[in-house]
Amino acid sequence: MTENDTAVSAKAPSFLDYAPAPESTSVLHLKKHYGLFIDGEFVDGRGDAFTTISPATEKEIASISNANNADVDAAVAAARKAYDRTWSKLSGADRGKYLFRIARLVQERARELAVAESLDNGKPIKESRDVDVPLVAAWFFYYAGWADKLDYAGLGPNPQSLGVAAQVIPWNFPLLMLAWKIAPALAAGNTVVIKPAETTPLSAMIFAEILQQADLPQGVVNIVTGAGDTGQALVNHPDVNKVAFTGSTGVGRAIAKSVAGTGKKVTLELGGKAANIVFDDAPIDQAIEGIVNGIFFNQGHVCCAGSRLLVQENIHDEVVDRLKARLATLRLGDPLDKNTDIGAINSKAQLDRIRELSNIGESEGAERWTADCAIPENGFWFAPTIFTNVSTSSRIAREEVFGPVLSVLTFRTPAEAIAKANNTPYGLSAGIWSDKGSRILAVADKLRAGVIWANTFNRFDPASPFGGYKESGYGREGGRHGLAAYLESAGWAAPAVTKGGKK
Amino acid sequence: MTIEQAIALAPAERAVNLIGSDLTEKSLKLHLEGLSGVDAVGLEQRAAGLGTRSIKTTSKAWALDTIIKLIDLTTLEGADTPGKVRSLAAKAVLPDPSDASTPQVAAVCVYGDMVPYAADALGSAWSNGADNGINVAAVATAFPSGRSSLAIKIADTKEAVANGADEIDMVIDRGAFLSGKYGVVFDQIVAVKEACRRDDGTYAHLKVILETGELNTYDNVRKASWLSILAGGDFIKTSTGKVSPAATLPVTLLMLEVVRDWHLLTGEKIGVKPAGGIRSSKDAIKYLVTVAETVGEEWLQPHLFRFGASSLLNDVLLQRQKLTTGHYSGPDYVTID
Repeated sequence: MTENDTAVSAKAPSFLDYAPAPESTSVLHLKKHYGLFIDGEFVDGRGDAFTTISPATEKEIASISNANNADVDAAVAAARKAYDRTWSKLSGADRGKYLFRIARLVQERARELAVAESLDNGKPIKESRDVDVPLVAAWFFYYAGWADKLDYAGLGPNPQSLGVAAQVIPWNFPLLMLAWKIAPALAAGNTVVIKPAETTPLSAMIFAEILQQADLPQGVVNIVTGAGDTGQALVNHPDVNKVAFTGSTGVGRAIAKSVAGTGKKVTLELGGKAANIVFDDAPIDQAIEGIVNGIFFNQGHVCCAGSRLLVQENIHDEVVDRLKARLATLRLGDPLDKNTDIGAINSKAQLDRIRELSNIGESEGAERWTADCAIPENGFWFAPTIFTNVSTSSRIAREEVFGPVLSVLTFRTPAEAIAKANNTPYGLSAGIWSDKGSRILAVADKLRAGVIWANTFNRFDPASPFGGYKESGYGREGGRHGLAAYLESAGWAAPAVTKGGKK
Repeated sequence: MTIEQAIALAPAERAVNLIGSDLTEKSLKLHLEGLSGVDAVGLEQRAAGLGTRSIKTTSKAWALDTIIKLIDLTTLEGADTPGKVRSLAAKAVLPDPSDASTPQVAAVCVYGDMVPYAADALGSAWSNGADNGINVAAVATAFPSGRSSLAIKIADTKEAVANGADEIDMVIDRGAFLSGKYGVVFDQIVAVKEACRRDDGTYAHLKVILETGELNTYDNVRKASWLSILAGGDFIKTSTGKVSPAATLPVTLLMLEVVRDWHLLTGEKIGVKPAGGIRSSKDAIKYLVTVAETVGEEWLQPHLFRFGASSLLNDVLLQRQKLTTGHYSGPDYVTID
C-alpha cells in the first residue's frame, strides 16, 4: 500500500471544517415587541416587559410582555367565555377542522418556526427543522383525528371536556411542548391558557399568529408570557379546571401541593435520570449512535435524556473509546448553521448549574473527559462531556444535570443492570441495547420507567403515550392515553369539577 | 456438529494472524459469527443523518474535484467495443475539455478483454502499475454472477493481469456465502489474489465485490466484508451494478465501519468502493461526508476510496461548471463518454 497519505491532508484546509452553511433568517418577520395573546388579540401586559435573547450570541431578539395577576384573570376569563359560548358547543368534527387547519399552517410556516426556535432556544437548526417542527405538525394532525372520535377513547360513551386548562411549559422544546399541551386539550373540547417559558417565548408568539390565521374562535387559546409568578397565578387561578405542567420536579411538587383539594385535574411531566443499558451483545455502532443521541440531542436539555449509561463491564473500555472517537466528530457552534450538532445552552442559569454539577462530579472522584472543540466567545456553551468511574452514589449519577453530560457506570449481569437502572427517584424513560429480543422484553418488563426504548433512543410519536413513574410525574401525554388527561367519563366527575371551577 | 467443517483453509496471512494457524472452515465461521450485529433501523438513521450535511462554497468545490479523482469511470456492457473504450479513456484523461483544471479520474474500469484497448488509449496517462496516473481496472472471475469453476475464475484473472490490468474487481460466490460455506468463499478470494500476482512479484490491486443487493441483510454484509479482508482483499466493493439495489449509503457506511474497525485492530488500511446507482453530485457528496466522518478524511484518496460510476462524472462536471461560471449549462455541454 502506498503511503503518500499525509500530503493531501497537510496542504488543503480540512474538508471536515465544512464551510459555513447558515440557514437564512430572512423568513422571519419579527416584531420588536410582543404582547400577550388574549381573546384572539395581542394586548400589552401590565407587568414590566422583559427581553428574550439568543443564547448563542446573548443578543436581544424582542421585548416580551409580562402578565401580572390581572392579565392572568383576563386570560382565564376569555378562555371561560370561549368555552361556555363557543368551543364546548362545537361538534367534534368542527373542532377537528380547526386542528387540521393549525397543523397545515404549521407545515406551511415550518421554516420560519424552525429558525425562530433555534434563534431563541439555541438548539441546532437541524433538530428544530427535522424533529421539533415536524412533530408539532404531527401532534396537531393526530389529535385533529381524535376530535370526533372521543367515544372511543376508552372513557365510556360521551366523555366530557373539563373546561379551562392552565398549562405551563418548559424551555427545552418550546413549540413541541406547546403542541403536546394544546392539541389534546382542544381536541377534547377544552379551552386553554398557556404560559411558555420565560427564556423561550418567541415561537409561541408566532404560533399565536398562526391561530389568528386559522380563524380559531377568540379566547379558545390564550398565551400569557412571564416568569414563575405568572405561572403560579395561572395554576392557582380558581376558575381553571385542569392544570398541566412540564418542568422540574421541585416546581411540580409545589403545584401538586397548591392544587390539592381544589378538584382541579393535574398532570405533571417532570425530571428524569434515564438509564441507557448497553449489553455486550448490542449492535455496537448503533448503540454508540444511540448513546450520543440519548444524551447530546438538544444539548442534553431533555427530561428523558439517557444521562446514565449502564455498560456491561466486559465492553466498558471499548464503548468508552468508541464514544470518545464519535464525540470528537460532533460540531458545536452557531445553532443556525445546518451542520451544527450541538447548539448553545439555553441560559446562563442553566450553564451555571451544569458547570456546578460537573465540578462536583470531578471532586467526587469521577474521571472527566471533554470533547476538544472550540467554544464561541459569546453565548452559553458547554462541550460534550463524559464522566467515567462514576459511583452510583455520586451526585452526577443521581441528579438531573439537564445538559450534555453523560455518567458512565458498569454492571455485570442483567439483574444488576435492572437494579441500578431502577435505583433512582425518577422513572421517566430508559433504553436497552441488545441483539437479543427476548432479553429486551425481559428487562423492559422489570424497568420502572414510563417510556422504554429498545435499540433506539429519544424517538417520539404522537400515537405513543409519554409520561413517568415516581418523581417523574403522573398522567400521560400522547396517544389515546393523552386524551384521558383532558376528559372525564360522563358518569361521575362532572359535578365535582363544576363545583371546584365555579367558585 | 459435523467434523467436515474442520477442513483446513488456505493460510492467508491476515486470517492466520487474527484467527490462528489452525485455520479451518469451523474457526472462520466461529470468528465471523462473533462479530457484533447490525441494527438496520439505527444504521439507516445514521446514514440519513450524515446525508443532511450541507456542503457549500469552498467545501463544495473541494468535494467536486475530489469526487472526480475518486471515480472509476466504468463501462461494463456486452455491447462494449474498442471504440467505446477508447472514447471512455479519452474522457478519463480529459474529463472536461472546456476546463483544463479539471482533475483526472482514478481508473477506467472495463471487462478483461478490453484492458489492452484501455491501456493503449490512456497512453502516457496510464499508470501501468506505478503510483501516479490512471489505472486500468478489469472485472474478472465470471463477472457479474461468479457462477463458474475456480479454474476459470483464476484463468480469467490471470489473463486480465497479463493484459496489463492494474486492478482486479472480482465477485464473491454469493451462493456459497448464503449457504454458509464461508470457507469456499475465502479460498476463492485467496486463490484470485494469488492470480493477481505479476511476473515481477508485485500484485494487481484486488477489489472484492460483495454484491450486497444479493446478500440482503446488513449482518451478512458485515460478515462478507470481514471475510474478504481476512482473505486478502485490498478493497471491498458493494456491487456489480447489475443487481438492484446496488450501492446504498447505509451499506457503504457499514463497510466503512468494518474498515475502520480493521484499521483500529491491525493498523492496516483497506479501501471501500461503492458502485452502481450513484448518479448525482449531491449523492456522491453524501458519500464523501460519510467517509470523512466514519474513517477520517485520509480515506478520501484514490488508493482508499473509489466511486464505481459512469453517469456520475457528467453531473459533477455540470456542477463544477456552475461553480466556476455561476450558471447552469446543460447536458450538451459535457461529452457523452
